Amino acid sequence: MKYILMMNTMRAGQGVPQWDQKDLQAHIAFMIGLNKGLRQSGELVSAEGLSFPDQAKLVRAGTDGVPITDGVFPESKEFLAGYWIVDVDSPERAYAIAAKVSAAPGPGGTPLNMPIEVRPIMSGPPPEML
Amino acid sequence: MTKPWDATSEHLLRELAPQVLGSVARRFRDFSSAEDAVQEAMIAAFTQWPQEGVPENPRGWLIQVASRRMTDQVRSEIARRQRETAVAKDVETMAPVDEIESDMDPDDTLILLFMCCHPALTSSSAIALTLRAVGGLTTAEIANAFLVPEATMAQRISRAKQSIKASGVPFRLPSPQERAERLPAALHVLYLIFNEGYASSIGAHLQRLDLAREAIRLTRGAKALLPEDGEVAGLLALMLLTDARRAARTGPDEELISLDKQDRTLWDRAEISEGIELLTAALSKGSVGLYQLQAAIAAVHDEAARAEDTDWPQILALYELLKRVSPSPMVTLNHAIAAAMVHGPSKGLELLRTLDTDARLAGHYRLDAVRAHLLEMVGDYESAIKHYRIAASRTTSIPEQNYLMTQAACLAERKLS
Repeated sequence: MKYILMMNTMRAGQGVPQWDQKDLQAHIAFMIGLNKGLRQSGELVSAEGLSFPDQAKLVRAGTDGVPITDGVFPESKEFLAGYWIVDVDSPERAYAIAAKVSAAPGPGGTPLNMPIEVRPIMSGPPPEML
Repeated sequence: MTKPWDATSEHLLRELAPQVLGSVARRFRDFSSAEDAVQEAMIAAFTQWPQEGVPENPRGWLIQVASRRMTDQVRSEIARRQRETAVAKDVETMAPVDEIESDMDPDDTLILLFMCCHPALTSSSAIALTLRAVGGLTTAEIANAFLVPEATMAQRISRAKQSIKASGVPFRLPSPQERAERLPAALHVLYLIFNEGYASSIGAHLQRLDLAREAIRLTRGAKALLPEDGEVAGLLALMLLTDARRAARTGPDEELISLDKQDRTLWDRAEISEGIELLTAALSKGSVGLYQLQAAIAAVHDEAARAEDTDWPQILALYELLKRVSPSPMVTLNHAIAAAMVHGPSKGLELLRTLDTDARLAGHYRLDAVRAHLLEMVGDYESAIKHYRIAASRTTSIPEQNYLMTQAACLAERKLS
């Protein structure tokens, strides 16, 4: 079963976190270690960090099909900061990984306990339909 | 008679791939189908040789298998379209493999390189095709190196072959004039492959070792085919002199370590001396090109035992030359750093201001990163922190982003103490 784990934290205009060097390094090391562990257990399908929201654009096709781009509105509550796609044996395992991500260390080493959205990824048709 | 399959056999197969492809493509005058046939022959060798042993004449074996495949293809094509017998006769009277063997032309590989680095192709297509046709990598290996699904890579390669077919470029050695026109494109593709491996622009892995190594191997091949060309030698030297620092470039957590903070005892001395030797020989021939100059700059860095021993006046002089030979905003940016090291950071900041109005660099994180670095040197920590953070929010490389955020945090602490 594949799941996407979505981390929603950054807001536009907030820029990079302004933490102490020590806290920053602990956070980076945690994320690198987490990905390494998921790769080794064979559960990681892909993981990507997204650029900061100030580089995001909202795109819509105009009546002539030409893209109309718009800035991202800073009042938007949350932005996707990054995601993991994992292939695991049970939903519980996906939740456990999400909880681990959620508890990434923040300032002073305190767990951030960020909300992580977990959703199953739709799969192909079942064999009996083929 | 066969030889047992060992560690060198895989290398041998990769060496033979472009020679076999060149020979088959020339014989059948169809690059696109020849490329598929040779891939199948390679796969057959990879599955059969480890069990049955390496044939006595491995190249002949590969040519034979690929040619048989081509002949089958042509025959079925004929049957399908019920074509005239003239073509079938052509197939039947084709020279046996033994005769082709003696007719092997090392220039075939060169034609292949020029063909794969065709200016009509996008750089991502040219890279994929070069790795497969000249490098002998399988589609799966290339897909893996670029972290894309195999089906996507297969599609990219097949589209590239269609573009070559559509361009109508015949499979023959380019004239000296064509060669002069095409060589820069070919070298650029090799350079891009190296860069992709060395400083990956996507994802969390800073160094993708195999691609950098593959680029060096391919450029060595190009150097063997064009031993007198100063820029080929310059490019190979540049790759070696840069690759030499690989082990020192990342820390235990894959974090980026900047040149001035690297443990220089980890640098690969053998690669450095080979690079310097190549460069010295190339420079003695007179003409000075883009790659030779960049290699010369890399050599000056590599020759300094400690960061503070770096001969910055020489680097500055080389950047001034590079600015004349191949002007670009990126060169100006690096020129500003060298100028700051020689004449002080204010001089560097002054040069950076000339780039503020350059549309090609507008909003590019490198400009902010360099400005932050120079502001740090001046002692204006507050502005430096601001620019490090802007740069961090603009880069699309995670290791680089981590590095820039850490620089900002480091300065913020120093400001307080």
